[in-house]
Amino acid sequence: MNIFVDYILIPIIKILFIITFVFVAVLILIWLERRFQGFIQSRLGPNRVGPQGILQSIADALKLLTKEDVVPHQVDKFIFNLSPIIVFVTALVVFAFIPFGTDLTLFGKKISLYLADLNVGLLFIIGFNSIGVFGIILGGWAAKSKYPLLGSLRSASQMISYEVALIMSLVSVLFFTRSLSLVEIVKAQQEMKVWFAFIQPVALFIFFVAGVAESNRLPFDLPEAESELVGGFHTEYSGMKFAFYFVAEFAHILFFSALVTILFFGGWLRPFPNVSWLSFLDYIPPVFWFLGKLAFFVFLFMWMRATWPRYRYDQLEMISWKWLIPLALANIFITGFIVILVK
Amino acid sequence: MRKTYLEHTKEIIMNMGPQHPSTHGVLRIKLWLDGETVVKSEPMIGYLHRGIEKLAEYRTYTQFMPITDRLDYVAAASNNLAWVQAVEKLMEIEVPRRADFIRVIITELMRIANHLVWLGTQANDIGAVTVLLYCFREREEILDIFEMFCGARLTLNAFRIGGLAHDIPVGFKEKVKNFIERFPKYIDDYERLLSENRIWLKRTKNVGIINAEEAINLGLSGPSLRASGVKWDIRKSNPYAVYDELEFDIPTGEVGDVYDRYKVRIEEMRQSIRIIKQALEQMPNGEIRAKVPRIIKPPPGEIYHSIEAPKGELGFYIVSDGSTMPYRVKIRAPSFVNLQALSKMIEGHLVADIVAIIGSIDIVLGEIDR
Repeated sequence: MNIFVDYILIPIIKILFIITFVFVAVLILIWLERRFQGFIQSRLGPNRVGPQGILQSIADALKLLTKEDVVPHQVDKFIFNLSPIIVFVTALVVFAFIPFGTDLTLFGKKISLYLADLNVGLLFIIGFNSIGVFGIILGGWAAKSKYPLLGSLRSASQMISYEVALIMSLVSVLFFTRSLSLVEIVKAQQEMKVWFAFIQPVALFIFFVAGVAESNRLPFDLPEAESELVGGFHTEYSGMKFAFYFVAEFAHILFFSALVTILFFGGWLRPFPNVSWLSFLDYIPPVFWFLGKLAFFVFLFMWMRATWPRYRYDQLEMISWKWLIPLALANIFITGFIVILVK
Repeated sequence: MRKTYLEHTKEIIMNMGPQHPSTHGVLRIKLWLDGETVVKSEPMIGYLHRGIEKLAEYRTYTQFMPITDRLDYVAAASNNLAWVQAVEKLMEIEVPRRADFIRVIITELMRIANHLVWLGTQANDIGAVTVLLYCFREREEILDIFEMFCGARLTLNAFRIGGLAHDIPVGFKEKVKNFIERFPKYIDDYERLLSENRIWLKRTKNVGIINAEEAINLGLSGPSLRASGVKWDIRKSNPYAVYDELEFDIPTGEVGDVYDRYKVRIEEMRQSIRIIKQALEQMPNGEIRAKVPRIIKPPPGEIYHSIEAPKGELGFYIVSDGSTMPYRVKIRAPSFVNLQALSKMIEGHLVADIVAIIGSIDIVLGEIDR
């Protein structure tokens, strides 16, 4: 009976919970982004469906679900259908490793707020994230149309160059944690009594920039740059398949915000874990700290989108190879040196 | 192995438009691409052809006025001005001064409205979505002023041959004054979002360069020419209406790239404000319409008259046979001529630059296809 509860019932409930969380969060995010952008651009944004238009995303989702599934005749059908699934699944799977907070005790049972704590969790997440790129490349390729092709080629080179910077920025954090498990990374920050953002600001910067590029958002949204490539890689997609891409994009935003929070901003820890007179903040449950920080970074993503123009393809590559990667290498070197000295 | 592979690479031919979010209408550009680099390009036009020049031959001079609105629909009043002034020149009608001042105010407001649409779409093409909304917010106020003046907002049909249909309404002056007092602050806002923005500079500086000589040879006019450093503005070189009595500068660029064209247009908006301010102060009282025969029947002859429209030199060439309808009308549309420079500007640039360059020469397809 206990085995059944521990190994089957609780994980299933957790899986369902995570999937619902991602879906609900994405729906809210879409609404929030439109609403927020409306606020910045001095217009209203969606405000008709439900109070303040909060049901707008649900209405949109229903509309996309009931739409005819158009498959253009020239496409490679198998890959064309497969690629949205790749993107969607990989965007969802990574959430299994995100710790949302400290352990909870419910009905006398200790429940951890993550589905899996792998000792190579971070590597696994980054790896899965890279697989997601295949969905974009293949999707654009299988459409056998010129705009998606350009879009997918752009995304291929963009992802490769930014993934290098992304992983390199992580290495300098791992010097301190000596573990790839996300739970351990947060615990390391608890032990060191400081957020990694303060000891690794350069890595944070590189990671965030690369994260924005990885999730195809302005100012790095070249693969889908709507004013240049119409829709980029998803030009030929419609209905639910398009929705998969769309949801995956927002799931990526959520995921990268979560990752920044965990790696650099102490995950579920309260601000300044070393200052004792701030301990009254501990009364707020850790989950809320985590979600609050997450919301802040999501907000940053949206703010950037509303403010900045878009980089050009060659300039984007230049930033990665000429600035971010050398900077990340220098950061690794210096951090490593200091760590050895301190030891 | 690699060599044989390279031998098999070839350019792809891609159609940009006629349905494309950044070709500003139904422009189609045939692109020969090597990767993302443009090897050759060819603008294809004609998707919005309505035969406006031919229509003119079956309309009286007054009836053709509303059709000129449909040329450059972003700057309708400028088209009206060019048309009425051409006809007045042909008939040798002296327009009352008050009417001329009002015409200047309306067309300069139109210039600001046009440049706002241009700035918004240009920024949107480069990816800065928010500027578009800001620009349209201010354009809305200008359209409100137009609505107050003549009842229409987009296709104004604002003037009449010999003057105006009616005088400015009560409160018009105050409304314009109120707007031009606030507007420079808005321009500063746009500049704060873009002018110093690193991404904006990277996307616009040294992109789509055209030097002064090439620009003149291609027949460019308007801000696109002035950005290359040629100080040529019909309002100064060949003043019409009352522009010779008003004080304003002609902003010019140096390099002739997208950024210079952006800067020139931003500065032109400021100059327009100056012009409107002076025109409001100097506007005399009096008649608003000259004595014009009820049926307009210009003497046989021909005339070419051009004005400085927001996009460049807009000219009407009218051949009259002495009847109530023109024998032939030829329109020199600035967008049409400026579009010629596109192929030269985008050669060797990337796909992303194409949209920036199309935006920077500020075309309206209604005027190109006519």
